[in-house]
Amino acid sequence: MYVSDLALTDFRSYAQVVVAFEPGITALVGPNGQGKTNLVESLGYLATFTSHRVASDAALVRRGSSRAVIQAKVVRSGRPATLELELVAGKANRARINRSALPRARDLLGRLRTVVFAPEDLALVKGDPDGRRRFLDELLVLLSPKLAGVRSDYERVIKQRNALLKSAGTSRRAGSGPDLRTLDVWDEKAATAGAQLIAARVTAVRGLRPHVESAYERVSSAQSAAELGYRSSLEQTMSDGDRAPGAAVTAEESLTNAHLVQARLLDAMSRLRPKEIERGVSLVGPHRDDLELQLGGLPARGYASHGESWSLALALRLASYELLRADTDFESDGEPVLILDDVFAELDNRRRARLADLVADAEQVLITSAVAEDVPEGLAGARYDVMDGAVTRVR
Amino acid sequence: MAAYEGIIADLIEELGRLPGVGPKSAQRIAFHILAADPAEVQRLAAVLTEVKSKVRFCEICGNVSEDVQCRICRDPRRDPSILCVVEEAKDVVAIERTREFRGRYHVLGGAINPIDGVGPDDLRIRELMTRLADGAVQEIIIATDPNVEGEATATYLARMLRPMGLTISRLASGLPVGGDLEYADEITLGRAFEGRRSIDV
Ligand SMILES: [Zn+2]
Repeated sequence: MYVSDLALTDFRSYAQVVVAFEPGITALVGPNGQGKTNLVESLGYLATFTSHRVASDAALVRRGSSRAVIQAKVVRSGRPATLELELVAGKANRARINRSALPRARDLLGRLRTVVFAPEDLALVKGDPDGRRRFLDELLVLLSPKLAGVRSDYERVIKQRNALLKSAGTSRRAGSGPDLRTLDVWDEKAATAGAQLIAARVTAVRGLRPHVESAYERVSSAQSAAELGYRSSLEQTMSDGDRAPGAAVTAEESLTNAHLVQARLLDAMSRLRPKEIERGVSLVGPHRDDLELQLGGLPARGYASHGESWSLALALRLASYELLRADTDFESDGEPVLILDDVFAELDNRRRARLADLVADAEQVLITSAVAEDVPEGLAGARYDVMDGAVTRVR
Repeated sequence: MAAYEGIIADLIEELGRLPGVGPKSAQRIAFHILAADPAEVQRLAAVLTEVKSKVRFCEICGNVSEDVQCRICRDPRRDPSILCVVEEAKDVVAIERTREFRGRYHVLGGAINPIDGVGPDDLRIRELMTRLADGAVQEIIIATDPNVEGEATATYLARMLRPMGLTISRLASGLPVGGDLEYADEITLGRAFEGRRSIDV
């Protein structure tokens, strides 16, 4: 698929901008702070309802405005559709497709697929588990949009459950009996949604694995192999005695079975209950899990060099792209739009050239760069200069 | 926002306390009232005072009512064996509009919500149990909102009611998930009633 037109209203620095794109490679060139990243950020937001730069949507609405609008015409299997998302600060988003309103904004998810490469990606390797969980969850939503609802329900359930645990802990410490009558219900809701998330994440990890391995090999000079695994809080909360011999081999596969995971989550929650009440937090579930990255058998977070970390981060994004492209369950044309946001400046020449090589054949690649020279020669295509919020085609 | 003085500021502040009314809307409504015909404003003021003094909550179901018991509880044509449990009185209105339901209601007054400090004792669950004691009700339809809190409340109630040997069902899916019952359109809500499913507990 590709984006043929983009129009922004009161989004970030733009009061109003309209840009037409073509399939193939497009570079948006301009000094930092002139608005080039805002253009591609809006497309990433349209695809996932999250920004790769900020956690809060409020920052996306232009200062002094109450709402921002992102409109994009997306061509999939030759058929165009106009997607529109209205962001109102502090309120739910509103979405339209071909001008007709959707009952829920969430129904827009899945219509545009993007994979965004950005300087922030280094944190996938070097940063906290939170960023890696988000990486997996955003991929899940692209693969299966209905999981967006499961994910937001799960987050809400955990907030409610934590509030209940906290108040139970407070009353226990005050010497009165804690009110735990509804805890079983929250356990059940957390286990149901949590198991669906874990099963989908582990399935995604299994799908990503071969792509990450080969992409890492191609991006780096591959002195060591990249490995990834799903580290579940379920495993960590088990005592060694609970572990059957040979369990490690089948452990990952069993995590792809949501029914099994649900039962295990319920069991873990009942065992952890006193500890959870004492600490006032939910200790087991997808919100405590991690995507484990290793290079040559060592944890990448602690041992990978700067260059190796970049190679691994690129490999994760490239693998997402391959997985989405190969996703045959998707109605038609699941190939995502590739967005390379300011990423070449972060890479040495060898990695630049290899990345360019790997993405050159994609249906659409949107590149942002402060200077044209940072864009590898292999990625020649359309070029726009972005200056002070004005976007000009360079012929 | 520019600062207004005295009574106008008071009016804007009071209006701004209403749900869904932001500071800008409050200001707009305030100036609409200032510009309006005095008789029109008198009528609004009278209705506001009257609604507060006359309307109370039905002693049986918790619905809004001008009498001790609401119109639905007093209506002999309503089927006394089916009870629909909802969060708020506005949900009764939404379901009545569908004309699909001929039983009676029970209004809980909210949903279980630990973040807001709402537990089972803060809802009209005890009143519900008392109501069921005489055995007249045989079927319960739980129509709490299709969001996380509504689902949790439904499951909690279903577990509690299950041992009483009643038929318990939940409004069928198809309702917008994560939303408010009152925003579901009549056709969707009506269909949800026809396709209600029994709850697995
Ligand atoms: Zn009544």
